[in-house]
Amino acid sequence: MSAINLDRRVVGEAASTHEATPKPATNYLNHETTIASWLLTLDHKRIGLLYLVGISLMFVLGGAFAGLIRLELMTPKGDLLTGDVYNKSFTAHGVVMIFLFLIPSIPAVLGNFLLPIMIGTKDVAFPRLNLLSFYVYAAGGVFLALALLLGGVDTGWTFYTPLSSTYANGNVMVAALGVFVIGFSSILTGLNFVVTIHRMRAPGMTWFRMPLFVWAMYATSLIQILGTPVVAITIALVGFERFLGVGIFDPRLGGDPILFQHLFWFYSHPAVYIMILPSLGVASELVSTFSRKGVFGYHIIACSSIAIAIFGFVVWAHHMFTSGLSQYAAMVFSVLTFSVAIPSGIKVFSWLATMYKGSVSLASPMIFFFGFIGLFTIGGMTGLFLSTLGTDIHLHDTYFVVAHFHYIMVGGAIMGFMGGIHYWWPKITGRMYNETLAKISAALIFVGFNFTFFPQFFLGYMGMPRRYHEYPEELQVLNVLSTVGASVLAIGYLTPGIYLPFSFFFGKKAPKNPWGATTLEWTECESPPSPHNFDHNPPVYDHVYDYSTLNKEAAVVSH
Amino acid sequence: MSATNTKSDTAQSHDNHGHHPSLAHHFVSLEQQHEANILGMWMFLVTEVLFFGGLFTAYTVYRLKFNTMFQEASNQLDITLGCLNTVVLILSSLTMAMAVRSAQIGKTKQILNYLGATAILGLMFLGVKYFEWKHDFEIHLVPKANFCWDYAKERRKEADHHEKDKPFVSKLIGKFVGHHEEHAPPSAAEIAKDHKNPESQQARIFFVLYFAMTGIHALHMIIGFGLIAAVAYWASRGTYGPEYYTPVEVLGLYWHFVDIVWIFLFPLLYLLGAHLGAGH
Repeated sequence: MSAINLDRRVVGEAASTHEATPKPATNYLNHETTIASWLLTLDHKRIGLLYLVGISLMFVLGGAFAGLIRLELMTPKGDLLTGDVYNKSFTAHGVVMIFLFLIPSIPAVLGNFLLPIMIGTKDVAFPRLNLLSFYVYAAGGVFLALALLLGGVDTGWTFYTPLSSTYANGNVMVAALGVFVIGFSSILTGLNFVVTIHRMRAPGMTWFRMPLFVWAMYATSLIQILGTPVVAITIALVGFERFLGVGIFDPRLGGDPILFQHLFWFYSHPAVYIMILPSLGVASELVSTFSRKGVFGYHIIACSSIAIAIFGFVVWAHHMFTSGLSQYAAMVFSVLTFSVAIPSGIKVFSWLATMYKGSVSLASPMIFFFGFIGLFTIGGMTGLFLSTLGTDIHLHDTYFVVAHFHYIMVGGAIMGFMGGIHYWWPKITGRMYNETLAKISAALIFVGFNFTFFPQFFLGYMGMPRRYHEYPEELQVLNVLSTVGASVLAIGYLTPGIYLPFSFFFGKKAPKNPWGATTLEWTECESPPSPHNFDHNPPVYDHVYDYSTLNKEAAVVSH
Repeated sequence: MSATNTKSDTAQSHDNHGHHPSLAHHFVSLEQQHEANILGMWMFLVTEVLFFGGLFTAYTVYRLKFNTMFQEASNQLDITLGCLNTVVLILSSLTMAMAVRSAQIGKTKQILNYLGATAILGLMFLGVKYFEWKHDFEIHLVPKANFCWDYAKERRKEADHHEKDKPFVSKLIGKFVGHHEEHAPPSAAEIAKDHKNPESQQARIFFVLYFAMTGIHALHMIIGFGLIAAVAYWASRGTYGPEYYTPVEVLGLYWHFVDIVWIFLFPLLYLLGAHLGAGH
């Protein structure tokens, strides 16, 4: 069964040549085919696919709102949307993208599909909770859709009081309830993963033999478990305030609006790491496989994921430097924020060191990785401008902030997600996609992204505030550039929406291990995997990124 | 919970002697399943700690900000009933621990008895809470419904004066069956005026937190009753024994957690005034 493909550049062509033994007839996709077998499935792989469908739809929806925003900002005057509709558009964009797309994106799709396989088990610890988490997610989505249909919400995704309390229109609570509900889906996923990683690893799969993607998922899950309940209770408190008419956050009634911001960011800052950490994990897998080399600094990358999760919980007040935070508190939070750069930097340098003297191949997932590392680095570095107290006063709530977090959450997180989808697509579907189109898509996304968001750094620096639908005429050139870039970006994102589903039906059959990777999902699982993942207990003797076995087999095959 | 039914004809396993009926297909052994379930509950409790943590944070912030009014507001609560409930709840934890023990040694009947005792103690707790909340409502301490701080203070003063010389037992009984002198409820104008008073606003924040915290706590107990019923049903069918008692233990963890929340709520809400010596 040495279906290991050596020459990754001719991946598609060589796919069927080594198929000596016939594959088992059944896999997780075709062993049951009724609709109920999908909707009520307890199989982590199928649940991952349900999520993939869900978040893809939400991505298109969120993207449509982004399109409205960029169209409005083509011209300095508010001619396309009224201020009110504009407010509702960016709120919908933020809420949909963050809660319905980014947070569940990698954990619920790739994490669900891969985590049990990567650690050599048949399923997550709680398959029923896993399915429940999908339906809870869907229910939350229904509430948010309802809030949109009822006329939308104009508070921004942050739901700051008093915008969400005193001055809110009635739909705020519907949307907030949606966010509250979705939070539980996130908690269930996180809880499931933590228990699975602790208790379900295959014999021999020690902590430091786990793939770095699993480490990243572990760190992410910890944040989901620790952060999400706090935003849930915060939303509940806003609910009490609105329905009971009391001043928990309303200063006129003795309340403290800053308390809302503290509680909100205690979750929502770590939530940024829920979005980016999984991508960092994907990046570690990609760089190792496509450099054909063990990850440089495996241990420290694993620990840096945990470090980011921990630091992530002690930096929240950097969102409030201009909200009347005491100077000393601000200084402490500034220093702590800088410290997040350390584990992030460790990762970036370790990836670069991994590629050094590696046998780097330019398969499409690696192209996405290159895009990822560039955008993530810019996003991370500009974060330092904002954690500096003095510059933050100038840049706070400007387009500089918008550009910064899009570089992390779109540039970093979605590029990682795309890389991951392309990397594991052959495993998930058993089919190869069109490499050329994938590379073009990666290039379009990278170019389009930079055209969209790089000008926004300048706009922000020049003082253009976020969340306004009008701006002075002298800022139009940069805004037009940004809008044009967004169009290219949209094409880049939509292309995979065509060739990936196409490959699912018509693509060439994928071999077991098309990229020559070392993790269990490639070495011990068919493409696509059987319903119970493994036919036997997967053996784990070696360090996870050990290419020596593969190289030996390669030597045998080639002679 | 369904019996193992692996469709795969390949070697699912190493234990050829057949699976325990309660072993789910994706676990290797009952021991692994037990460990996973216990850890799962602990993780859930971690989320609960953070959930209540938000409330405790809000409480801490406002207690520091409105120290004096929090003491006064705290003095409106009934320490005697709070103590009684604390004892009841601790007893229920004991019976729950006994239920887990009974499951471990395989005594089905005892499991049911102890679960029953736990449920009864839990109901007693909610019963006492009902009388407390009813009293709060009568003296106009419920935000939104009828909150009127001045009125509540007056009623409390009268009651204290009235019951000063009564023996403890009759005071205690009076809390449940005693009749109240009828007072004209505060007029809308009085309430509106009261709401503009900063003292009233601050006391109201205390009561919002009080109702939110005790309310969410009570909700957790109600969920607990459902879980007890489910576990009792399975226990009555002889599901649990020395080999497999995971759900009973998981339920135990949950119940103890709900008790511990109360152990924090009681001093923070009820004893605050007495501790800081304001009021009396």
